[in-house]
Amino acid sequence: MNSKAANNVATGVIYLLVTAVVGILVFLLGYILVTGIPHVSMHFLTSAAQSFKAGGGIRDQLFNSLYLLVLTLIISFPIALGSGIYLSEYAPNNWFTSLIRTAIEVLSSLPSVVVGLFGYLVFVIKFNVGFSILAGAIALTFFNLPLLTRSIEESLEDVPDLQREAGLSLGLSRWKTITGIVFPAALPGILTGIILSAGRVFGEAAALIYTAGQSAPIVSYSNWNPFSPTSFLNPMRPAETLAVHIWKVNTEGVTPDALQISSGASAVLIVVILLFNLGARYLGNWMFKKMTAAK
Amino acid sequence: MQTYSFDQKHIINIPTEKALTTENLQVFYGDNHAMHDATLEFPRYRITALIGASGSGKSTYLRCLNRMNDAIATVKGKIIYRDTDINSKKINVYEVRKHISMVFQRPNPFAKSIRENITFALKRNGIKDKQELAYRVENSLKSAALWDEVKDDLDKSALALSGGQQQRLCIARCVAMKPDILLLDEPASALDPISTAKIEETLKELRKSYTIIIVTHNMQQASRIADYTAFFHMGHVLEYDKTEKIFTNPQIKATEDYISGNFG
Repeated sequence: MNSKAANNVATGVIYLLVTAVVGILVFLLGYILVTGIPHVSMHFLTSAAQSFKAGGGIRDQLFNSLYLLVLTLIISFPIALGSGIYLSEYAPNNWFTSLIRTAIEVLSSLPSVVVGLFGYLVFVIKFNVGFSILAGAIALTFFNLPLLTRSIEESLEDVPDLQREAGLSLGLSRWKTITGIVFPAALPGILTGIILSAGRVFGEAAALIYTAGQSAPIVSYSNWNPFSPTSFLNPMRPAETLAVHIWKVNTEGVTPDALQISSGASAVLIVVILLFNLGARYLGNWMFKKMTAAK
Repeated sequence: MQTYSFDQKHIINIPTEKALTTENLQVFYGDNHAMHDATLEFPRYRITALIGASGSGKSTYLRCLNRMNDAIATVKGKIIYRDTDINSKKINVYEVRKHISMVFQRPNPFAKSIRENITFALKRNGIKDKQELAYRVENSLKSAALWDEVKDDLDKSALALSGGQQQRLCIARCVAMKPDILLLDEPASALDPISTAKIEETLKELRKSYTIIIVTHNMQQASRIADYTAFFHMGHVLEYDKTEKIFTNPQIKATEDYISGNFG
């Protein structure tokens, strides 16, 4: 076989593999959206779930998912930012640093059920936090931390060393160089990383079953006092998220329209995650353009 | 490659006012002895060129002068600036770099607007007065011969400028800090001839109020702009004299071979 033919074969095989990947994705998305979207309506999105009757919605679950996501990011972003900056800017190349990196890898590959049970035993039982958004957010932080730390570290490392040298050569301290020059230049990448990790957190179910719980108590969306047990902002209340709701309705749902609800909720979940992904790309590009071209 | 003796040297002392002096400066990258014994005096308000082949240690040497090698190398010997050894552990390196500023081989403007590129370091060093900032922006851009090209676009991103403009912005950024000494590490090597000529003009102007030390691969450039020239070879300074003497009547065989192109 001459090299031209070999090249054609190789290209063909690669195209085939790519088509397989894209095909699976398209089939999956298509199936979920086609079966789910017809059940999504304004009523579905804005009414509470029903335990026994048909016609329940996902209002509380959708809100819980978003609220949990925000809390998780509030907890995990500062920690990830600190460790990302340390790993990228300060950490020397030695056994200790590689130990940290390995630890982060391990943390990111922990099975979510294990993390969920750990959160259940430690926070829910031992610290007596109870099934709550807070316990869920802490469990999700375990997933989010490695992803965020890595993406922040990589975004910072993508900033050329010349930028650091420029800052230093102007008499700026290392910290000022990092906060004033390196961090802003890495911001598009960091934002993309946050949004992508948000997608992962949004879809997580197993870790939340044992921490945030499987019930969505009735909350009032007009009660803005986060310490009131009926407030939608209270982080100490149990909160069933969208992903957990799908799992629960599918396994033990007794409503006559369980199938429709789980299809509809799945479609909503997928759409939100797609929005996150597209938003990440758009925002990253937009910020990069804003920085590199005319304002 | 021909071998030259490191014992034969021709290094003059500067009779006029000195801006910076190094004594027995040595640099080690781990076990690699990259710079042996560099003893040089730099005259104030003059341009001094450092020439030599790749790997001769001229860039390494230059980066020592404002302590940019601190993180990657061990630097021994003395760097005397205003009667103080600034190579001492006790010295605040950030303060040193405000007096001895550096422009790099590749233009490295910040991913900010043209104006902010200049004002950023000023603001972080405590200059808040808007008029003063505006004055420094205009003045530094004028002294880098960039003002006329960018005065209407000060709030546009610096990354949209051409390579030559970016490099002049980097020079302006240094000048705005009002340093004493400007170090330039092959500032024109990534630029086209027209941009190079503009940079050279800029440097000639800047010489009136700054001491300039420039590393260059380009011998014509050294002969065009430098008052003094030092020739580096394999981590040694072999010859240091007035530029016209280096190029017309070198005292050391290695220098003569290098400038006439019979090297290596």
